[in-house]
Amino acid sequence: MATIPVMGVVAIIVFGLIHISPTDPAAVIAGDYATPAHVEEIRQQLQLDRPIHEQFLTWVGHVLSGDLGDSIFSERPVLQLILARLEPTVSLALMTILVAVVIAVPIGVVAAWQARTVLDRALMLLATLGISVPAFWIGYLLIFSVALDLGWLPVQGYASLSEGLWPFLSHLILPSITLGTAYAALIARITRASMLEVMGQDYIRTARAKGLPMRKVLIGHALRAAAIPIVTVIGLGFALLIGGVVITESVFAIPGIGRLTVDSIQRKDIPVIQGVLLVFSAVYVVVNLLVDLLYTLLDPRIRYAG
Amino acid sequence: MRNPPRAFRTETQASAGKPAGVVAATLSRLWRNPTACFGGTLLALLAASAVLAPLLAQHDPLALVPAERLRAPSHEHLFGTDMLGRDLYARVLHGGRLSLTVGILTAVICSLVGLAIGLVAGFSRLADALIMRVMDGIMAIPGILLAIALATIVGGGVSTIVLAIAVPEVPVVVRVVRGVVLTLREQTYVEAARSLGTRPGRILLRHILPNSLAPLIVQATYICGLAILIEAYLSFLGAGIPPEFPSWGNIMAEGRGFVLIAEWIILIPGAFVAATVLSLNLLGDALRDMLDPRTRRAL
Repeated sequence: MATIPVMGVVAIIVFGLIHISPTDPAAVIAGDYATPAHVEEIRQQLQLDRPIHEQFLTWVGHVLSGDLGDSIFSERPVLQLILARLEPTVSLALMTILVAVVIAVPIGVVAAWQARTVLDRALMLLATLGISVPAFWIGYLLIFSVALDLGWLPVQGYASLSEGLWPFLSHLILPSITLGTAYAALIARITRASMLEVMGQDYIRTARAKGLPMRKVLIGHALRAAAIPIVTVIGLGFALLIGGVVITESVFAIPGIGRLTVDSIQRKDIPVIQGVLLVFSAVYVVVNLLVDLLYTLLDPRIRYAG
Repeated sequence: MRNPPRAFRTETQASAGKPAGVVAATLSRLWRNPTACFGGTLLALLAASAVLAPLLAQHDPLALVPAERLRAPSHEHLFGTDMLGRDLYARVLHGGRLSLTVGILTAVICSLVGLAIGLVAGFSRLADALIMRVMDGIMAIPGILLAIALATIVGGGVSTIVLAIAVPEVPVVVRVVRGVVLTLREQTYVEAARSLGTRPGRILLRHILPNSLAPLIVQATYICGLAILIEAYLSFLGAGIPPEFPSWGNIMAEGRGFVLIAEWIILIPGAFVAATVLSLNLLGDALRDMLDPRTRRAL
């Protein structure tokens, strides 16, 4: 239920974007060489001549019925443009989450197990480096080394799953490492921190004392108990992932929603930018709602009222 | 390691009297922390290279030499040249000035605005409900995208870029400050001060502000690094600082079209960004562990 006011505020901000422009938004959209008649046409089209609260209510009404407006550039419905670009972005995001979790959680567990040793410090320095390096820098480095010098993987582009499993996967490996580095670094840091917190508990010592092997204690007891902060960060880090999608798709020329965003920035196609913001924010809010619901599965002590 | 609490106690007691003593004690503890030491030294070197750019680089960062286009790094051009024949070494050092300025300005603006809003939210229950809803809303929009949208719509220029980067980060500071205020409000000594008739302004100045400072400095360090990173992203996507003056971001943005034949135009400034953000993150982690062990790193 808490998501409704949040999405309301998101809607106000996204709607407000078009009105914070210091100059006439219709003129900005029309571009530098527009005729006054063309500017007027855009103003009519966006209904910028009506009182602001009326504009907002109409806009919200349209959004709720699935109408995100039309692109200024291609004059096609924004929702249609976004849906057409959905597949590459969803594939990339899912692959990235998979890669990041599979790499990060074991790193965090090992670092917590070997806490305050050289291995732990090296892994954590690596993780801090992972959140500090620009994503496109990693992307180009991978393109130069793995794709160009070694020739193992394609340099750029995207292949749909219908073109076969290997073309699909091979085009996604480098982008998902690029996009997943910061995300994985974040998850590894939290995994280590919450594992360390759990490892100090009495029942961990009991488990060790009764002769359970370290591997079983770490995975069966500690990781299970440390799962909630880890899952929370996977949800919150989704914002990072969405921002990174825009950059990664741009480096690897993947025709997804991120690429659509970059093209719209260059064309100042504000309805598309608004639509993308709205859709991505809604996805982010829903993902975190799902994370909240997951808590009850991970920890039976948590029960939500109502 | 047998007896650390005593050593720690004498140190803090000795320095508890004057604020300057606290700062000195913190600095001396930072110096003994290997993470902070490494981060601090790296940051100092990078900052010095930016400040001393006119002395360190003999080439003009803006001078076009078409005959020397796209030269690989050499003795004459340490970092090579770009597609217009400008010396990349000079451009990267000078670019550091703008990039670091963007980072510092963003951190200062976020801290001041976040502190003010956080204090209001912590003190007034009525304002709190409204403020936190708005902050939740801003946080629900992925930060880089919001910055991109703001920068695109409002238009270029250093000040608008700084604002575009700052807006999505303000809620983080607000949450931290509000958290401090809410905890302190329940403390007995603040209650005692209030029951003695101390005015709210004085409680704010004597108790709340000094206690907010430590977490605020930690957040400001992280935000400074994040802002440098986001400046690079914005430029890379074509929504950053206009290219008249070099910044690490717009040097890389201009080199994008030539990346397959002149990879150094992107890799070298990118390494400077990575090193700066890494040093700030390490420094932030060390400061957090030292000043404010309870709060986790905010996202």
